[in-house]
Formats: sequence, structure tokens, C-alpha cells
Amino acid sequence: MDITVFKSKKLVVVGLVLLILIWLATSPLYASSSNIRLLSTILMYIILAVSWAMFSGPTGYMSLAPAAFFGVGIYTAAFLYARGSPLLPLPAVIVAACAISFVIALLVGLVTLRLKGIYFAIFSFGLIVLLGLIVQYWENQIIGRRGQHVVAESTETVFYVMLAILVATLLVAYFLRRSRWGMAMLSIGGNEEAAAHMGVNTTMVKVFTFAISATFMGAVGAIMATRWIYVDPSTAFNPMYSFMPVLMAVFGGMGQLYGPVLGAAVFAYLERMLRHEFPAYYMIVFGVILIIVVLFLPGGLVGLIPKLRDRLRGVIAKLRKGGQAEQHANT
Amino acid sequence: MPILEGQGVTKNFGGLAAVSNVDFHVDQGEIAGLIGPNGAGKTTLFNLISAAHPLSSGVIRFKGEKLNGLKPHQICRMGVARTFQEIKLFGNMPVLQNVLVGAFFGTPTRISAADAAREANQALEFVGMSAMAATLVQDLTLVNQKRVEVARALATRPELLLLDELMAGLNATEISEAMELVTRIRDKGITIFMVEHVMKAIMGICERVMVLHHGEKIAEGTPQEIVTNKEVIEIYLGEETRAAS
Repeated sequence: MDITVFKSKKLVVVGLVLLILIWLATSPLYASSSNIRLLSTILMYIILAVSWAMFSGPTGYMSLAPAAFFGVGIYTAAFLYARGSPLLPLPAVIVAACAISFVIALLVGLVTLRLKGIYFAIFSFGLIVLLGLIVQYWENQIIGRRGQHVVAESTETVFYVMLAILVATLLVAYFLRRSRWGMAMLSIGGNEEAAAHMGVNTTMVKVFTFAISATFMGAVGAIMATRWIYVDPSTAFNPMYSFMPVLMAVFGGMGQLYGPVLGAAVFAYLERMLRHEFPAYYMIVFGVILIIVVLFLPGGLVGLIPKLRDRLRGVIAKLRKGGQAEQHANT
Repeated sequence: MPILEGQGVTKNFGGLAAVSNVDFHVDQGEIAGLIGPNGAGKTTLFNLISAAHPLSSGVIRFKGEKLNGLKPHQICRMGVARTFQEIKLFGNMPVLQNVLVGAFFGTPTRISAADAAREANQALEFVGMSAMAATLVQDLTLVNQKRVEVARALATRPELLLLDELMAGLNATEISEAMELVTRIRDKGITIFMVEHVMKAIMGICERVMVLHHGEKIAEGTPQEIVTNKEVIEIYLGEETRAAS
């Protein structure tokens, strides 16, 4: 009985995910170009939030590095996909952005993942500034030109590449969570010292997960560069692209894989809508909503679901009891 | 034959010699005890064996192989498991998952999910915690948390188990149960090396006891020899224990 319930629930989830993907994939056929652009932005935030939660969620290492690897991806595109002289086709550029982000994250991780708590958070934030300054120095001192022009891709191409990266991110996040690798990450978050003494190679698990999460951040940066067309160090290495994914993941709730997805989607849409409706006050409204969520929903939006379900069950049980009592009275 | 052997084991923290020039050995299949006043270096010695800290000098061998330079997870996979003086369970997981971590990662060869689950369940049953497999560890009482720590260590399939003050904080009944548990672990063929302050447990189950003081080994022998050793009484036990024993 339990197993069939579980199986049918799983089927419903898989079906729902497929439906959403089909809806997304076909949306350029009927949605307006500006809506597709909005969808691309939402997908970008989902990828950043999910890949951030992939590492920081289970291990408890608060990384503020997403913007750094996002910037690495952007500048990979600026190098390899420069307007007028692209060195590689778009898919190869995306793969290169993945590879470069992965390698940089691997090196950075090896040096810094021995830092704990707030020190790691500060370092990962410093990485954004450091990489931004290096690129700025290179532009000012070596090539003598600020900012780079990137080949422009159509709204649809950007959207489909984004969708492909999203699917890859979700698949990897899903399998990481379910695998023994995911259990190793969770044990590091639970007690890193004990994890090491139980045979978990904590350094390897942390460094590789950090690098894998950086891969998707780099990929998403590379495709965004083809939408922005012109990039410079201050737009590419913008700390907002670290803060937003963290806020979104917390807003959505990190207990479930779909938490950061939901958080990023609602958050990005809300931001756009509020900015449109209340251009002067949108930051205030936004701030109030965030505070309410953090204060009253410690589990994020996802944490709300079991609460609502329990309440609904309570109401149903009450109704049933009432009905039975009535029946008893009638007989 | 010694399963674990240390020669000239030394650990300096800055200018402080936490463990200095200690020779020790643990024989295959025995229950060896390690006692001494607070700050004597008992836990530091355990941390050196399990590679939580690197040695300053000296050498530790497990089954003849040098442990120097290895990482904690490698020591564990070689067959040396440990528990902690202050409970170090994974607070973000239920009991069974805690033990599963040991089963999955504690062995040198890759283990299938089914085997890991069987191993973890056996370990839980062995310490009498099967009924609480789904409970979150922070909801357990101290004695049950300690049992889970032991189960998690057992799930790594060790040949040598280091128990760091397993009995601390337990009441008399719980101490008797813990003593019985330690004996049963040894009867499975697992060698035990235990740090303990509860003299009743040391006297009851240890075959050999070492005494540390200020990082140096001051005595070694059967529990009887230790409790009648003049220096040990002076430094650690006090006259009452002598009278009681």
C-alpha cells in the first residue's frame, strides 16, 4: 500500500516536471520576446540558486563565490566569443566556460576549504573582488581597453541554452543528493571532524562539489554574456549575483531540491513585477516580504507545504468525524 | 602480538608537550585501558593514533604498518575506528543515517547500498538501538547518543576500536550495560583501547592499563598492579580508591 502510494507520487512528480519542461521548451512559439527574456532571467537565477545550494546546502559552508564563477563564465565568452572574431562555436564556448570555472574552483577550493564558517564566507566574497580586479588590471594595463564586446545571440538561443544548462544542473543536483556522495556532504555539514574519522575523504568531497557547482555558474555566465553583448569587470563580477542566489535558496528553503528552484522563480518574478508596479517603492516592498519570510518561515517556502498539508488533513479529519457523528446520530 | 604499537610518541602544542616520548602497545584481542588525571594527554594520544593531529616525533604502527602521514579517513579505512569524548554525531541526520555513513565510507573497498544498510542495521541491533533508527540524534538521551557513536564506529568494520570516555556521564546501571557492551565487542574479535575515568569499568573489564601523567607514561600493568602502584595512587587515584579496592 505504502509502496504504491510512493510510486504513484513519484510518477506525479516526474510527470509534473516533464510538463513544466515541455511548457518551457515550447514557450518561444507563442510567448512574447520580452516574456522569453524574463523567463531566461528566471532560469539564470534558478541555475545559480540550485548550484549554490548543491554545495552550501548540505555542507553548511557559506559560499559567496557564485558571482566570481559567473564572472569567469562571462569573461570566457568575452575571450572566446568576441564580436568580430569568435574563436569557437557557441557550444564549445559554454563547455570551455564550464571547464575553466571547474579548474579555478578546484584550485581555489584546495587552498581555502580548510577555512571554516565566517572565514570561508569572507574569502569566497573576496574572490569576486580579486578576480574582478585581475581582469580590470588586464584590461587597463595590458590591452588598454575597458570592456569587451561579445557576439549577440538571439533571445531564443539564449533561452534554449539556458534551459539545457538548467536541466543539466537539476539532474546533477538530484543525483548528488541521492548518492553516497550526497551523504558524505551531509556528514560534513553534520560534523566534519567525525566525518573524516568515519572514512569520509572530506577534502576531496568538499573541493569536488565546490568545483562541480562552479561549473554551472560559469556556464550560465557565458550564455548571459551573449545577451548582454557588452561586458566589463564591474558588471561581470557583481556581488549581487552572489547575494541573490543565496537569498533565493533561503527564501525557497534548502530542505528539498525544489526549494531553491521555487525560491528563485518566485523571487525573480516578484522582483520584476514589483519593479514594474511600484518603481519607486519596490525595494521597500521586497524587503518587507523577505523579512516576513525569514521571520515566519524558517524552512522557506518549501517549509510551508507540510504545514499547510497538516492543517488541511486536520480539517478533513474533523469533517469526517463530524460526518460520522451525524451518521451515528441518524442510526 | 601487538596490533597497535607506538615508539617515542611525542606531540608538542607550541611549547607544551601534551604527549612526550611515550612507548605503548595494544595486543590483539585485548581490552587495554588508558587512565590519568585531566590534561594528562589521553585524548591527545587518541588524536595522534587516529591522525586528528600529526605527530611531532615518534612512530605509531598498526599491524606493523606505519600510520605517520596518513589522513583520518585513511586510518579509519585501515581498521581503526573511534568514538569521541564529546559526542560528535551528525545532528542533521537520523540515527540510521549516522551509522550508514560509517558503513559506506569506513571500509577500504566500495560497499553496495544493500550491504551498507545491512551492516548499519546489524551495528544498531548490536548496541540495542534498532527501535530508534528513525529518531533524530539530538532527541536521544546521552547514553543512547553514546550507543549510536559506538554503532557508527562498528559499522566501519574496525579491528581496533578507540573508546574515549564512553562511560563519562552515565549512571551506575548504564555503566554496567556499557561494560557488558564493550566486552561483547571484544568477543566479536575487535581489540579495544579505552580512555576511562570510571575505575569500576577499568577494574572490571581491562586486562592491561597504562597511566599517563603530564604527557608521560608513568605506569603500566594489570588493573590490580595499577591500583596498588604508589605513584599512581599519589598522582591520580588517591588513598580512598586503594582502601576501596
